Amino acid sequence: METLEIKEKEKATASIQNISGSQAVLEALVAENVDTIFGYPGGAIMPIYDSLYDYADKLKHILVRHEQGGIHAGQGYARSSGKVGVVFATSGPGATNLVTGLADAMIDSTPLVCITGQVFAHLLGTDAFQEVDVINITTPVTKWNYQVTDATEIPGVLAKAFYIAATGRPGPVLIDITKNAQLQKFDYEGYKKCDHIRSYRPKPIVRKKYVEEAAKLINEAKRPFVIFGQGIILGKAEKEFKAFIEKGGLPAAWTILGLSALETDHPLNVGMLGMHGNYGPNVLTNECDVLIAVGMRFDDRVTGRLDKYAKQAKVIHLDIDPAEIDKNVKATVPVWGDCKETLPMLTKLIEKKNHKDWISKFHEHIRKEAEVVIKDELNPTGEVLTMGEVIKVLNELTDGNAIIVTDVGQHQMVTCRYAKFNQSKSNITSGGAGTMGFALPAAIGAKYGAPERTVVAIIGDGGFQMTLQELGTIMQFDVDVKIIILNNQFLGMVRQWQQLFHEKRYSFVDITSPDYIQLAKAYKIEGRSICKREHLKNALNTMLTHKGSYLLEVMVGKENNVFPMVPQGRGVAEIILSKEEL
Amino acid sequence: MSKENNGIENLDITTPPGGHVVVDKSGKLEFTITVYTENQVGLLSRIAIMFSRRKINVESLNTSPSEIENIHRFTIVINEYEDVVRKLCRQIEKQVEVLKVYYNTNDELVWQEVALYKVPTGIIADIVKVERLLRQFGARVIAITKDYTIFETTGHREETDRLIKVFGQFGLIEFVRSARVAIIKDSSGFHEKLRQFEAREPGEDVIENEYLNQQDHIFTM
Ligand SMILES: Cc1ncc(C[n+]2csc(CCOP(=O)(O)OP(=O)(O)O)c2C)c(N)n1
Repeated sequence: METLEIKEKEKATASIQNISGSQAVLEALVAENVDTIFGYPGGAIMPIYDSLYDYADKLKHILVRHEQGGIHAGQGYARSSGKVGVVFATSGPGATNLVTGLADAMIDSTPLVCITGQVFAHLLGTDAFQEVDVINITTPVTKWNYQVTDATEIPGVLAKAFYIAATGRPGPVLIDITKNAQLQKFDYEGYKKCDHIRSYRPKPIVRKKYVEEAAKLINEAKRPFVIFGQGIILGKAEKEFKAFIEKGGLPAAWTILGLSALETDHPLNVGMLGMHGNYGPNVLTNECDVLIAVGMRFDDRVTGRLDKYAKQAKVIHLDIDPAEIDKNVKATVPVWGDCKETLPMLTKLIEKKNHKDWISKFHEHIRKEAEVVIKDELNPTGEVLTMGEVIKVLNELTDGNAIIVTDVGQHQMVTCRYAKFNQSKSNITSGGAGTMGFALPAAIGAKYGAPERTVVAIIGDGGFQMTLQELGTIMQFDVDVKIIILNNQFLGMVRQWQQLFHEKRYSFVDITSPDYIQLAKAYKIEGRSICKREHLKNALNTMLTHKGSYLLEVMVGKENNVFPMVPQGRGVAEIILSKEEL
Repeated sequence: MSKENNGIENLDITTPPGGHVVVDKSGKLEFTITVYTENQVGLLSRIAIMFSRRKINVESLNTSPSEIENIHRFTIVINEYEDVVRKLCRQIEKQVEVLKVYYNTNDELVWQEVALYKVPTGIIADIVKVERLLRQFGARVIAITKDYTIFETTGHREETDRLIKVFGQFGLIEFVRSARVAIIKDSSGFHEKLRQFEAREPGEDVIENEYLNQQDHIFTM
């Protein structure tokens, strides 16, 4: 008996190792199945980088050219893979360079774990070299953050970080680790994944009563209308969603983050919502009798003026985040829960229907929109290339199978409007924050998240110049990203607003570009610039079939606009098809 | 009308009854928000930011350990519309380390504030009726030096305010008032709820429909 106890003890101590805090960080990443880290070193995170040297066979590290690039790459990785993105940065300026990406990830619910170095604990609060109060700066833009000053906390804190980032409504988490904690040796007892935090309940219990009420409303509805967001992708509920709308014969429209959750050509897919969305879904929002919102948060870019939004409709809101329910639009029936669970419950209770007449209304509107807007955008008769036709040809060549990453501006709206997708997690864009400079680094990350897929980044001439230094990352790590710059020689979206709402006073939107092809060449990336329609297909084809990354600049109409548009301060039904209607 | 704000239970806006409810010029009410949290560095600023971001002025904020080990309790007083308060409380409750948030109007609470008054001893000593004064306001003397005397009283804002006026006549040197501490009248207490937080799975106690007609008492996480 006694010897047995001693043996048990020996076994226990044998599993305890003396390791450093920085090793514990990397052990945690390995245990969480992390394969890729995006980061940039510096003094305060050097112990972690030193340990990383020994983990080269288990953890790939991508050295970006700027921490903002690192975090956007982490976002792209997370969005294309459905996993948690991991980012390293040093203290002070390294950490503050993450802030834009944190804000972006926070509002777009992107799961990230960012690890920043921090000065020695005894220097905290002394204005030490590269000391910045990272925790307080990042508090409003993280789902959770924590400062580690003692190595023994590391396994537990990182386990918590991954759990919080990935569960419930996902989001970015930042762990700031002081240098002494990274260097400190301690008795490491292994890594235990976290699956419970007392004060955190990521998954609510679904209340059947509300599901029943929702089903009843749907069954009674004459003109039901589904609007869906990224919640479906984050909840991995694409199949459940399709089953739901197919049984109910429910027309469904998407927010830009919901795009690709349902294939573009699905007969029940009726288009894009919001400011530059399709005419039908916007107008008919104000004609439906039951509005079923799934995993979306009624952003003001989607709703336009709230007091003119869907006033006639009973609203069913499915969301995992209780704070979203009733935040902007009051729900008649809230279905609080994970849509992976709630959708099948609803599907079971709804009647099989087809709502043929109602759905044909969407098609009527699309015909009208095609006549006034889409026809000229996709098949222009003028000499200059339009953004829309670039996307149209891209669709033909990729067959809707590429991951498309967009930056922010007119090209983003045009791409989201016209790009076709066959699979989920294919549309990666900065939705809630609208962060210019997002696309190039996010595309790099997206390629690491889904290496087998073609990744095409579509970027404006303005946004490209915000993070073009990441061409260096592409060069060094041989990342295969196809880059299309849609060059209209303007900060196009701002110019459009100035044209429509500021009497064409084009204040500082005229932006000149470098010779992008020469620039790409300097980074050993092949490229080409075109301005003629007759070269478009061939150029896109060359780009797509090229082995490795490629930069294609397309010169497009300087003063083309994106329509339809819900002008600021108007209701969704007041959407306009051209500037003459303004 | 005690409200929990983490759920779908409180979707109806109920206008609080009159009585002690304080309504300001803009029609906003005085609300007391009670937040139960883990004892964690940084949480104060995380919670404070939620108010400042929305440009809501905090009238008073008290934080202290609760009767339960390692659980802290914030008591925050603001003037706001109920709709805003409810949304705000949901956002606060979303924070990882926050266990529970309640909000209440004044008629649903018993609350107190502590006030201290420093008055010149010379003048006070000359006033014969000081004893009656103290009795009338329920105040106590807590320090006397030859230069000054410090009085203490607890009560609602109006009560402690009244004593400022009185002492004002006698050369009040300094005055300070604490944040509000409050206890919700109609509540079985947070204690019971905590058991359910301690459970690893959202408790069996919380079975679907059973609680649906007990809106205010239901634990919704
Ligand atoms: C970081 C950042 N700064 C400013 C803006 C404001 N903004 C939105 S769209 C836009 C113009 C974008 O121009 P460009 O990248 O050339 O794309 P285009 O609209 O021409 O397609 C600007 C400046 C922004 N969204 N993000």
